[in-house]
Formats: sequence, C-alpha cells, structure tokens
Amino acid sequence: MSLSKPSARRGRESARPSARVPVARGVFSPRAEERGSVQEPEPAPLAQPAAARVREPKAEPVTGTRPKAAPEGAVLVTGICGRLGKLLARELHRTEQVVGVDRRAFPDRPKDIVHHQLDMRRKKMKDIFRGRNIRAVVHLGILHDPRRSDRERHSWNVVAFQKLLDYMSQYEVPKLVVLSGANVYGPQANNPQFLTEDAPLLGAQHFGGMRDLVELDMLAQSFFWKHPHTETVVLRPCHIVGRVHNAASNYLRLERPVMVMGFDPMMQLVHEKDVVRAIQLALRPGVRGIFNIRGPGEMPLSRIIREAGGRPRVVPSPLARVALDQLWKLRLSSFPAQELDHLRYVCMVDDSRARAELGYEPLHSIERVLRDVRRLRYQVA
Amino acid sequence: MAQRGSIVPFAGWRRTRLLGESPLRQAVRSIGDRVVRIAEEVVGQDIDARIAGIKTHKNEVGHDPFGFDPETSRYALAVAALLHRRYFRTQVYGIERVPAGRVLIVANHSGQLPVDAVMIASALMLDADPPRFPRSMVETWTAELPFISTLYPRLGQVVGSPENARRLLRQEESLIVFPEGARGISKTFDQRYQLTDFGLGFVRLALETNTPIVPVAVIGGEEQYPSIADFKPLARLLRMPAFPVMPQVFFGMIAPLPTKYRLYFGEPFRFAGDADDDDCVIEEKVWLVKSTIQSMVNRGLRERKGVFV
Repeated sequence: MSLSKPSARRGRESARPSARVPVARGVFSPRAEERGSVQEPEPAPLAQPAAARVREPKAEPVTGTRPKAAPEGAVLVTGICGRLGKLLARELHRTEQVVGVDRRAFPDRPKDIVHHQLDMRRKKMKDIFRGRNIRAVVHLGILHDPRRSDRERHSWNVVAFQKLLDYMSQYEVPKLVVLSGANVYGPQANNPQFLTEDAPLLGAQHFGGMRDLVELDMLAQSFFWKHPHTETVVLRPCHIVGRVHNAASNYLRLERPVMVMGFDPMMQLVHEKDVVRAIQLALRPGVRGIFNIRGPGEMPLSRIIREAGGRPRVVPSPLARVALDQLWKLRLSSFPAQELDHLRYVCMVDDSRARAELGYEPLHSIERVLRDVRRLRYQVA
Repeated sequence: MAQRGSIVPFAGWRRTRLLGESPLRQAVRSIGDRVVRIAEEVVGQDIDARIAGIKTHKNEVGHDPFGFDPETSRYALAVAALLHRRYFRTQVYGIERVPAGRVLIVANHSGQLPVDAVMIASALMLDADPPRFPRSMVETWTAELPFISTLYPRLGQVVGSPENARRLLRQEESLIVFPEGARGISKTFDQRYQLTDFGLGFVRLALETNTPIVPVAVIGGEEQYPSIADFKPLARLLRMPAFPVMPQVFFGMIAPLPTKYRLYFGEPFRFAGDADDDDCVIEEKVWLVKSTIQSMVNRGLRERKGVFV
C-alpha cells in the first residue's frame, strides 16, 4: 500500500524519530533526488514515473532557480498549542506531516504529530530544521498578551522570529506562512472603509503595544524580498472569533461589553476555521504575497453585540478611557485603554486579492461565528 | 410582568427591559414614525417607497458595507423633505440631466452648515425619477466626533478618501462632492457666491473611473447663516476647520434663516484623458467645471427676485 505512493512512503520514514539518518534533502536539489532513486533498486517499476517526474527540471539549466516544492517534508507549526494552532494541526495532519513547536505541552495531540516542547528562542530550534526535511513553516507563535512585559514580547515576537527566518534561509525552506492581523493597519478616523494590502501599517501610531506586531509583519515582508526562493505568505485577517481566546472573542463573550458613547463603527469578524482554511490554501505551492482575510459580512458593532446575546454598556469616551486605565492598573481588566480605538474607528479590510489569488471565501456565516463565541460563554457561566 | 415577592424594587420592569427594546429606542421610534407620517402628508409623497427604491451593494448579511441604514435614513429623509418643500421651498431645475449609473455631482459649497448637501440629496431622492441615492464625502474629522460619526454612515455619508470614492463609483453609485471643501462652506458674507479654489482630486477621480461630472449651482445657501468673521484661534482650539461668527445666533436665531433655495443642474461633463497627468492639464478641466458652476450661479442670482421669495 505504501509502495503505490512513493512520496507518502518517504514521508513516513522521515517522520519516524528513530530514523536518525539524515534524510536526503532531495526535494530541493534534483541531483540528490536522482542519486536516491538510483541507489534504491527494489521499487523500480513504481518509482520510475515518480523519478521521471522529478528529473524533469534537470533538463532545463538549474542556475539559481529552485524547482517547485514537492509535496514531501513536514510542515512546522509554531505556537501549535494555541486554539488556532490545535485547529490547524487537526486539519493538516490528515494530509501532511506536522511538526509542532510550543512552550506548552500538547497532551491530546493526534498520534502522528511530532511535538517539540521548547522555547522558540532556544538553540534547539535549529536541530528541528537540521534533523528533518521541513517543507513549510506556519508561524502562529506570536505573543499577543498585553500583560507581558515589553521586553518579553519583543524577544518573543521579533528576536525569535528573526532567528526562525535565519534557520529558514539556512535550510532553504521553500514556504513561510505568517499570521499577522488587520490590527497592524490600526483603527483610525481617516481610514478608508476597506483597507487594501498596500495601506500603511499605522497600528502602533496610537498604541505602542502594537509595535512588535507591526515589526513582525515588516520582517516577514523584508524576508519576502530578500529570499525570493521562499514563498512567503503574510495573512492579515480581521478579528478572529470563535473558541479562541483573544481580545475580540473575550470582548464578545462579556455579558455587558462596553461601547463608546456616540460611536458605532462597522466591524468584520472571521471564524477561526475560515482562518485555518486560509492558512491551508496559503500552503499550496505557488502562492505568495500578502493577503487580507475578511469574514462574512460587516455589521455595526452594536448589532454584533446584540446578536451575540450581550447588551452594550454605553460609556462616554473620556470616562471609558480613565476607567479602563484604572481597571488595567488594578489588573481587573485585560483590555488596555488604547484598544478603545477599535470601538470608535473602522479598521476593515478588502479581501479581493485573497479571493482572486488564494481562492479564499469565508464559509462560516456570521450567525455561526457568533454562536460559537456565545457557546463558550455559556460553558463558562 | 411584575415579580411577586421579589425584594428588589422594579424587578419586573428590569425583566421587561431585558426582553424588549430600551425605552429610549421605543421613544425614538414612535417620534420618528410620527415625523414620517407628517412629512408624507405635507409633501404628498411616499417616503418609505422612496427609501425602498434605493439599491446599494449589500454584503452577505444584508447590510450596506459603508453603514447605510434604511431605518435611520427614513427619519432623516422625512425631516429633509419638510425642510426641502416647506422651510426652504427649494426649486430644482434640470434634474433630468443627471445620468443613470455612476456620477459625480459637483456643487458650490456655502452656508456654514452643510444644508446645501441635504438639499441636493433630498432633490435627488424626491424629485428625480427613479430616486437616486447620493453619497457625500464628509470631512475626516467628523469621524472623530461622537454621535455624528454614528449618524453620518447610517445616512450613507462616507469619510472623504480617494479609496472610498473609487470603490463607490465602481459600484455605480452617485457621489456629491464639494471641491471647495471647508474653504467654501465657511466663507464670510462679503465673499458670498464667489467660488474659492477647487481641489483637483475630483477630476482625477472622474478620469480614473470614467465618470460623468454634473455641475450644480446652489443659490440661497449663503444667506442662511451670514457670517461676519472667522474666529481662527478658537477654531484651532476646538480643532474645527473654521469658527464663523454669526450675528443671528447672538440674537437667539439658532436655526438657519428661511431663504429660498434654488438648485440648477447642468449638462454632464465627460472628460477623457490620463488621471495621472500633470496638474496644469488637470487644472484646465477643473477650471472648466468651476467656471461653468460660477456662471450658473451668476445667472441664478440675476434671475432671482429676492432672498426669501
């Protein structure tokens, strides 16, 4: 059964941790692939078409151009133990080999997922790249928690990501998918109703806590230009909502979420599973660039809150700012006061590029999105 | 339903509030409905049918992505209809010249408060057949003002940015543009009906999206709030574009004076050329539009017999 699919067989071999022999990185250099097929004589009739297929790029001169990424090798997912990471892992491991990296443990992982419980800033990260054939990296391990110190967030989001990019260029990983967010554009009064991918990243203009997330996005963009052999994809989804624990979902789970008096901006929400699907689409060979990801339909904030089953608590802007500042200092609230701008100004994205080039379309309706948010609230209650 | 035996006062009231609408919302609705009914009787037109005739590009949840809300607009159109027909007794000339599909409606700006935009919009909604729903591009700083920033999008107003304008025109909508901007609206009384400098953006936009430009002359706006000076330091302090000094406000007349409005719609311009041309090339086209509006204004002023008649 395994012989019928040579690529699957190769994949399983390298997945086995006992196989300490470094797998030939044949995916990336056609010559090595050719040598491999010569050394293995047994499955000759079956391997023949595959070898012929791989040998094909050798006919044209291989000067600095890389052949298309073969569907072999593992997908490395950083931050796999977050809700989104787990969802992605469950979807991906059916068709791909998945290697996870996270500081947290992943006890309920599917058996074929290899999990490394380590800090991304450690040298050990390099061993993962050295030890196995990584065909793509999905970077989800981004620290958003505003309670963490600036220093920790910077070392995690920027320094660790920089190291990851170094390893990627060293080991010539052909694909990088980074999950940034529409927050990097920042909510502003003078925003156009729909921001395209070319809009400037002004998220840190009024909220310093966003600085490292903007920097991370910029790093990914510069990697895109510096390493044209790696297909870099930056996804910028609007507020991801569902069973995840992020600011937007936590806000919608509140019984009485605060609204700023006199402001009712239009807002977009996207279901976590739609984001997972967008990541899967971005992993296809040939896809590169920056893509905004939008949810199904935009609505005023007040209507979203009411449909999520909450009742807005309307507070004048100066009072809300002062109160939220105090609550933040007393550790009674997890929302920094600068994030109030999200409740005042629009920060919506235009996803026409994702529709055209990625083939992405949100599948989960807004009712489904809000139902999933609500479900978790009732469980907690 | 009152809860018997509850020690919490007004517990039952709280429950009904939880289940139904808030009293404030109910009050707004009942007053709004009354205004709509009065307007329909006075004007003799079916406001709801006019609102129902609006076609916007709705998203998956049936909401306009720019925030237009028919419920709120219904009340606004009723008030605008009363102002249009009764208070300002607006006369509209040549509205049949507005072509179907995408269009830029370019007018002179006047009168301290954007009543001229309301008059043009209500003319397009009430007098044009079929009704045209216009969007107007508003100043960015209105998005920072509480309540206004909620109200404007619900009425279909859009923050003035080239991206928004391009998107709306590609959706075959009509846009009202005042190329004079804040300079025009806050003119003092001695400069009435003298057009100030036009921005070049609207012609570039029209060239890029292949949109006809309909020039409109608005007569009557300049006399509604005569301003004798622009108090600049206070304007800077309040972060407003201008702070007009209006004598009538000191005499307790907060509402605009009931001048008679006249709207003249001109023949549409259809420009062809490169949107990224030099300023001097674009300026010629802008000058053409501006001088047309100025001459339409001058003719309108000659024809009218008085400010209030």
